[in-house]
Amino acid sequence: MHSTNYHAATTAAEAASLLSSAEDGALLAGGQTLLPTMKARLAAPSDLIDISRAEELRGISVTDGTAIIGAMTTHAEVAGHAELRSAFPALCDLAGRIGDPAVRHRGTIGGSLANNDPAACYPAAVLGTGATISTNKRDIAADDYFEGMFATALDAGEVITSITFPIPDAANYQKFAQPASRFALVGVFVAKSADRVRVAVTGASEEGVFRWTNAETSLSSDFTADAIGGLSVSSQGMISDLHGDGSYRANLVQVLTARAVAAAS
Amino acid sequence: MSEIKMTVNGKPVGGDVADNMLLVEFIRETLRLTGTHVGCDTSQCGACVVHVDGKAVKSCTMLAAAADGAEVTTIEGVANGDLHPMQKAFNDNHGLQCGFCTPGMIMSGIDMVNRYKAEGKTLDEAAIRHELEGNICRCTGYHNIVKSISQAAGEM
Repeated sequence: MHSTNYHAATTAAEAASLLSSAEDGALLAGGQTLLPTMKARLAAPSDLIDISRAEELRGISVTDGTAIIGAMTTHAEVAGHAELRSAFPALCDLAGRIGDPAVRHRGTIGGSLANNDPAACYPAAVLGTGATISTNKRDIAADDYFEGMFATALDAGEVITSITFPIPDAANYQKFAQPASRFALVGVFVAKSADRVRVAVTGASEEGVFRWTNAETSLSSDFTADAIGGLSVSSQGMISDLHGDGSYRANLVQVLTARAVAAAS
Repeated sequence: MSEIKMTVNGKPVGGDVADNMLLVEFIRETLRLTGTHVGCDTSQCGACVVHVDGKAVKSCTMLAAAADGAEVTTIEGVANGDLHPMQKAFNDNHGLQCGFCTPGMIMSGIDMVNRYKAEGKTLDEAAIRHELEGNICRCTGYHNIVKSISQAAGEM
C-alpha cells in the first residue's frame, strides 16, 4: 500500500471539511473494498478520512412504512436488526449474504453505495425499492443516483449520510453468488408495492445495476413467476468473463427474477 | 504517523504507527504476536481473523489507526490458563492438519458461537459451514473443523 495520511472524522461535516482540504482524499468507510484496492495499488489516495466511527452516521430506524439506515451501519447490523427483519426481511437477507461474517462486521451500506461495484448487492435493493440516498448536501432518488460501473451522482466532497427505503408490501432478493468472491454473478431484487412493481438487476450489465422495466410491466398486472416466463433480456451489454458469458448472465436475470417473485414475502 | 492506543488481549498497548499500517502488521510486527497469520492478504482466507470490540474482523483489511481505542483479542488471548473450549475441540477432533488457518478458524468459531448464542439460534452443521465462508483451509476438507466448532458450541 502506498503511503497515505489517516484522519478520523466523527461527523459528516468534519469528514466533508477534511475531504475538501485533502489533495486527493478518499472516505474510508468499512474499508472492505477500498483497503484491498489500495493494497493492490489500484488506488492511492493522499488522505483517508475514516468515518466508520461517526456515530451520527450509524443506526437503523423503522417507522411507518419507511426504514432509514445510517450510511455507516454495517451489513451485520442490518442483517441482525430484529425490527427491520420483521418489516423488511428481504433487506436483512440481502445484507446477511454479502461477503462473509468478518467482512459484514466492517462493511457498510454507505460504502457499498458510494463504490457502486457493478456486482454489489445493495445497489439492487436501493434501485429495486426506489430508495432515497441522503448526503450532507441533498437527497438523491435511486433512479438518479446510479450512473454506471463504479459511477454515481455523488459530487467530489459529498458524503452519504443515510438511505431511506420505502418498505415494500413484498420483496425478495435472489443472488447467484460467484463462489470465490461472494459478489453476485447476477442478483435480482423484486419489490411489490400497492401501486407498482420494481425489478433491479445487479452483476449482469456492463452499465452496473439497472431496472428490468419489461418485467416490471408484466409483474404489475400479474405478480406471478409465470408472468415473466415468456420474457427475456438481451445479452447485448451484459458482462462476459470467465465466470459466465453475456448470454449466461442474461438467462440468469430471467431465472432469478422468476425465483424472486415466487419467494417474495 | 498516528498515535494509537488499544487493548490487546487485556493489556494496554500503543505507539506511533504509519498511517498505512494494517492492524495485522501492528499485531505481528510491532507486538510480535505472530499467532495471527497472513494467508492471502486479499481478505479472502480468514487466517488473520481477530476480534475487534468483540467482533470477528479480518485484520489484514483494517488499518491499525482505525483500531485506536479498540479492545482486540488475538489467538494468544483466548486461553485462560487452560485451553479455550474451541481450542480443545480442535485438538479433540483433529480439526487441523498444517495448522496455518487454525488461528483464524478458532477466532471465527468463537465469534459464530457467541453470536448464535446471543441471538438464541441453533448453530447446526449447515450454519457452521455457511459461517465459515470467509475462512479457507486447504488441507482438511472442513469436516473436522465443523465437528470441532460443533463440539465447542455445546461447551461454551
